[in-house]
Amino acid sequence: MDKLFDPKYFNDELAIEGFGSQELTKFLDAMILIRKAEEKLAENIENGVIKCPCHLGVGQEAIAVGVSSVLRNSDKVFGAHRSHSHFLALNSDLDGLFSEVLGKESGSSKGMGGSMHLIDRSVGFEGSVPIVSATIPIATGAALAAKLNKKGEVAVAYFGDGATEEGAFHESLNLASTHKLPVLYICENNLFSSHLHISLRQPSQRIARFAESHLIESATLDGNNVTEISKHCQKAVDKIRNTNRPYFLELITYRWKGHVGYREDMDVGVKRKEDLLVWRNRDPIRRLELALINSKTLTQDSINDIHASIDFRIKESWKRAIDGVFPEKNNLLDLVYSKK
Amino acid sequence: MKREISYAEGILEAFNYLLTNHQNVFVIGQGLWSPWYVGASMKDLDVKYGKERVIDSPVSELAVTGAAVGASICGYRPVVVHPRMDFMVLAIDQIVNQAAKWRHMFGGKSIAPVTIRGIINRGGEQGAQHSQALHSWFAHVPGLRVVMPATADDARDLLVASVLSDDPVMFIDDRWCYEHKSQVVDIEPVRLDSVEPRVLKEGNDVTILGIGYSSLLCLEASTNLEKDGISAEVIDLRILNPIKVKNILKSVEKTKRFVVVDGGWTNCGMAGELIARVMENISISDLSASPKRVTLTDAPAPTSSNLEEDYYTKSVDIEQVVKTMF
Repeated sequence: MDKLFDPKYFNDELAIEGFGSQELTKFLDAMILIRKAEEKLAENIENGVIKCPCHLGVGQEAIAVGVSSVLRNSDKVFGAHRSHSHFLALNSDLDGLFSEVLGKESGSSKGMGGSMHLIDRSVGFEGSVPIVSATIPIATGAALAAKLNKKGEVAVAYFGDGATEEGAFHESLNLASTHKLPVLYICENNLFSSHLHISLRQPSQRIARFAESHLIESATLDGNNVTEISKHCQKAVDKIRNTNRPYFLELITYRWKGHVGYREDMDVGVKRKEDLLVWRNRDPIRRLELALINSKTLTQDSINDIHASIDFRIKESWKRAIDGVFPEKNNLLDLVYSKK
Repeated sequence: MKREISYAEGILEAFNYLLTNHQNVFVIGQGLWSPWYVGASMKDLDVKYGKERVIDSPVSELAVTGAAVGASICGYRPVVVHPRMDFMVLAIDQIVNQAAKWRHMFGGKSIAPVTIRGIINRGGEQGAQHSQALHSWFAHVPGLRVVMPATADDARDLLVASVLSDDPVMFIDDRWCYEHKSQVVDIEPVRLDSVEPRVLKEGNDVTILGIGYSSLLCLEASTNLEKDGISAEVIDLRILNPIKVKNILKSVEKTKRFVVVDGGWTNCGMAGELIARVMENISISDLSASPKRVTLTDAPAPTSSNLEEDYYTKSVDIEQVVKTMF
């Protein structure tokens, strides 16, 4: 367990047994798409084109890709402030993300939400919001709806380690456990809340202890291992669908950028800079690429082709977003209330 | 056929109507399986509709309100009940940051049609944290419809309208109204956005506007003022947000005197807002007297009975203020 928190470990190629080449390529494609999309955002935050606050999750791509690989469109997924990956992993909708971040009408929230309010109901992404922990009770309520629907739907709440310091988190776990609600709690433990390391915020860095106290089944895994996450989530989600019981998954990871914006160490200075160098070795994309090359599933050339094709998609999508129109002025008032 | 019901019975009828006719309605909150928590207004609902649709909850205002918001996003019409508004403050993130903004910030692609029932329960030496009327706070928030019935028919019909509205609604009822009686016919659902302030009693000399229980005090005061030869028009606001002033303006243009009576505090309260709305739209020279407000003094509710006696507005306080305008 302690090794999960030590970046010296878990840096080797991933185990890929049990996965077909198509699925593995899909994982790789999805992670690279997210990585490169966020790098595109970083570039445009730095050059001043993007004004809206963006919380980048570079380094954490495996989590959303692994979790999303086992979900159905009828499941209900909720994100938080760092949710570009959660949004992209379900539908690869680059245009929806880029346009939204630029406040354009073609954005996922019609330009009314920005980076922190993404939605794609066609694939069950029901919304992300930046108030820390706020979507945990909301996802728990989606699970209550799923339970009443009796169709085997699952609700998913993504949140970070900081959110577990909020009361809403503990209240929600208690509610879900007591009322037997089909919800998958995904804690992306990247060890930082904004600038502050978890050791300065909690007496233990292992978040799954809270699930144990609420009698919710849980596991703590390497958050940079997409195959393990996918495999484990499949079992967890099957169990949730069959039993209507919640499940708690803690995924240990590390964010390569600062809390908000494009810089790598903007919040926390030298110590983080040193740590970051070591944590970069646990790169979820490189570890999968290594496994794919060593197992002769893909060649370096075909991986290069994937990178090039995604670069092209991002370039084209960004251009469309830049060319997009802003929302009509009447949206400001017309969207406040429904008509009844 | 007309029949008489009380305010508490009106709320109960609304719940029965909603739970019978709308399978996506459920109710959640503290005390829903207890016979005494919410007066007679929810009697035996759990027995009739089952504990799966009438859910008594852990002591978690925030998560329970959030869960209702989440279920509403997923197609349900939950009513989350806060038996005392003071405790509802613990849930404010879900009400103000989440439900109220959900539609707008997602470009209209999703809605959160939850009804949050906050009950005002005051008097009886309950003190500072068991007596608050915080409706003005919530009326400040765009996206949140705020409803405050004064009469038994409105308690019933506006609760039905709130739950059937596609927007999040804060429905605030007042225990002091529970015995008030109205004549009603069978429920005919109305659209919440069509509801206007209502003239409860016509008059010519002064417009007295009430909010929730205060409207009943205004009616009482108007009866007494008649003895002094003052004909008061009493209007019940009903909907605090979004606010509609057309009927109020029409009345003030007629009576040329305007008093607002509100059971909330003075500073930044509904009474000040309503006076401002009217004054912005009327020529001062058309008024026979400066507008007045009758509100709570800016102090927490006391416990001691002799302080409580002064703290809450009585109809005689309204009468006195009105008389100064002639």
